[in-house]
Amino acid sequence: MGAEMDLSVRIGALTLKNPLIAASGCFGYGVEYADLVDLASLGGVAVKGLFLAEREGHPSPRIVETPAGMLNAIGLQGIGVRRFIFEKLPELRARRATVIVNICGSTLDEYVEISRILSDAEGVAAIELNISCPNIKEGGMQFGCSLTGTFDVVSAVRKVTRLPLIPKLTPNVTDVASFARASADAGADAVSLVNTFLAMAIDVETRRPKISNVVGGLSGPAIRPIAVRMVYECRQAVKIPIIGMGGITDARDAIEFMIAGATAVQVGTANFVDPFIWPKLIDGISDYMRRHQIARVADLVGTLDTAAGDKEWTAS
Amino acid sequence: MIANRQLSSDYNVLALRAPSIAAAASPGQFVMVKAGSGHDPLLRRPFSVFEVLRDQTAGVTGLSLLNKRIGVSTSLLYAARLGERIACLGPLGRPFSPVDAPTEAWMVAGGVGLAPFATLAHALCSRGVRSTLFYGARRAQELFYLDLFRGLGVELVLTTEDGSAGERGRVVAPLERRLAARRADAPVMVYACGPEGMLASTAKIAVRYNRPCQVSVERIMGCGLGGCYSCVVPMRSDDGRVHHVRSCLSGPVLPGDQISWE
Ligand SMILES: Cc1cc2nc3c(=O)[nH]c(=O)nc-3n(C[C@H](O)[C@H](O)[C@H](O)COP(=O)(O)O)c2cc1C
Repeated sequence: MGAEMDLSVRIGALTLKNPLIAASGCFGYGVEYADLVDLASLGGVAVKGLFLAEREGHPSPRIVETPAGMLNAIGLQGIGVRRFIFEKLPELRARRATVIVNICGSTLDEYVEISRILSDAEGVAAIELNISCPNIKEGGMQFGCSLTGTFDVVSAVRKVTRLPLIPKLTPNVTDVASFARASADAGADAVSLVNTFLAMAIDVETRRPKISNVVGGLSGPAIRPIAVRMVYECRQAVKIPIIGMGGITDARDAIEFMIAGATAVQVGTANFVDPFIWPKLIDGISDYMRRHQIARVADLVGTLDTAAGDKEWTAS
Repeated sequence: MIANRQLSSDYNVLALRAPSIAAAASPGQFVMVKAGSGHDPLLRRPFSVFEVLRDQTAGVTGLSLLNKRIGVSTSLLYAARLGERIACLGPLGRPFSPVDAPTEAWMVAGGVGLAPFATLAHALCSRGVRSTLFYGARRAQELFYLDLFRGLGVELVLTTEDGSAGERGRVVAPLERRLAARRADAPVMVYACGPEGMLASTAKIAVRYNRPCQVSVERIMGCGLGGCYSCVVPMRSDDGRVHHVRSCLSGPVLPGDQISWE
C-alpha cells in the first residue's frame, strides 16, 4: 500500500491533522508544554477550563493517586477568558497549535458571554463546553446532568458563535447517549466524552478524605473500559462526531476508542506520566494503519465488528 | 540506575546515569521520576537532585536522589535494582539563589528535606560563603552525609527527636536561639526544606528576625510541568490577596514570607 496515509479527521467544519488532542486540564494552557511538545504536530490542544473571571480553585491536596488512576479536585483554577486571549493565545498561534478552548460557566449567560468573546478572538479553532466538571458546585453539572439544561446551554451558545461547538459530557449520568442526542438536537458540531467520574478516597488511618474537596474526579486507565462503552453508546445515538477519552495511554487505547465510534480522541492523565507520548501515539496509529491496510484513519471510526464469533467453536 | 545505597531501613540514595540532566541542574531543582513500569503506581514523583555525580576527571556522570520509603513509588525506588531503567525528567523548577559573602547561609533541613542542600552547600562553598546546616531527624541513625557537609566546611547544628545525637527536640529551636544571638544587622540568608510545619516555623522565625528565607516546598505533583495545577501553594501578593501558584513552575523554592502558611 502507498506511503500516503491520511491521519486527518473532521470535526464539523474543522479539519484536524490527526485525531490526537491534549485533554483539557491536563496540558495547562498548552504554552507550558511548548518547549517539550511540537504543538503544531497535535490534532488539537484543549486548554484548561476557563470562566469569565479568574478563579483560585480548591486548597491542596488536589490530587491523589488511586489504582491505575488518579482523583482530582482542582476546582477549575484559571486566569479567565480575557487574560487567556491576551496572555496565552498569541503564543499558541505562533506555535501553530489548533486551539480548542474549554469553557465553564456558573450561569447560562456566562457560557454565552465567554463564547461571544472567543468568537471575536483570532486563533480559536473550537469551543468545548465543559458542562461536566464534577468538582465544583457551579461547574456546569447543573447543565450537564439535565437534558433540558444541556439542550438550553448548547442552543444558547449556538446562537452566538459559528465556531465548532463541542459539549463535553459527564459520565455521571445513567444514560449518556441521551445527552449526546440533546447536544446534537441543540446544534452541537460534536460531543466529547468522558469527563471524570465522581469518586472518593479515604485515608483509613486518619479517616480523612485524601483530597481537600472530599470528592473528586477519577481519570486514567482505570476508567477506560467504561469510557469506551459510553462512546459506543453515543455512536449509536447520534450522527455528529464524537471525541472520545478516558484512560488512553498508548496508540492501541486510542484505536480502541476510534473503533468504538470516536472520530478523534483526547489524552489527559497519560500526558502527566509521559509528556513525550504524542509522537509515540502518532507513530503507533500509523503503524496500525499500515498493518491493517487502512489509508484514511477516518475509515477506522465506528468499525466495531459485533458479528457472531467463530461458529465452529462451542462452549464446553 | 547505577547505584543503590541503602542508608537505613527507610532511606536510600539512588544514583542515576543521567549526565545531561545532572549537568543542567541548579541547587534546589527537582526531577520527576517514574517508579516501576505499568499503571501502578501511575504518576511520577518529584525528587530534589541530591548530588551531581562526577568521574575522576570531574566530568558529570549522573545524579543521585535521597529517597525515603513512604508510599508505593518510594518503596519501589528503595528496592530498585542495578541496571533498572528509571524514567527521570528534569531539571525542573526554580532553584535556590545562592548568596555571596559576607552574607552567611543558614540551611535548615528536616529529615529527607536534606536532599537539596548537598548541591547548595557545594555552590556556597565555591563562593566562599560561611555556611551552617541545621539538621533535624528522628534519631542519630537518620542523620546522613554529615561528612560531606563537614568536608565542605559547613558548620553542623544537629537535633534529634529522641536526643540520640545533638540537641533533643526540633531543629527550629537552635535556629531561633542563634538568630537571637546575632547582631540584627549581620546579613544571613535562611534556606529551608523539610516537613510543612518546620517550613512554616522557619519562615516565621526568619520574619521575626528580619532575615530573608527561601523555602523549598513539597506538594503532591501530577506532572511537574505546569499542566495539572495540583501542586499549588497559597501566596500572598503585595495587595494582600492570596493566589495559588504552581510550585512546579514558580517553585519549589519560594520566598517564605510570602507563603500563606495557615
Ligand atoms: C487534573 C485534571 C484536571 C482536569 N481539568 C479539566 C478541565 O478544566 N476541563 C475539562 O473539561 N476537563 C478536565 N479534566 C478532565 C479531562 O480533560 C479528561 O476528560 C479526563 O481526565 C479523562 O481523560 P484521561 O483519563 O485521559 O485523563 C481534568 C482532568 C484532570 C486529571
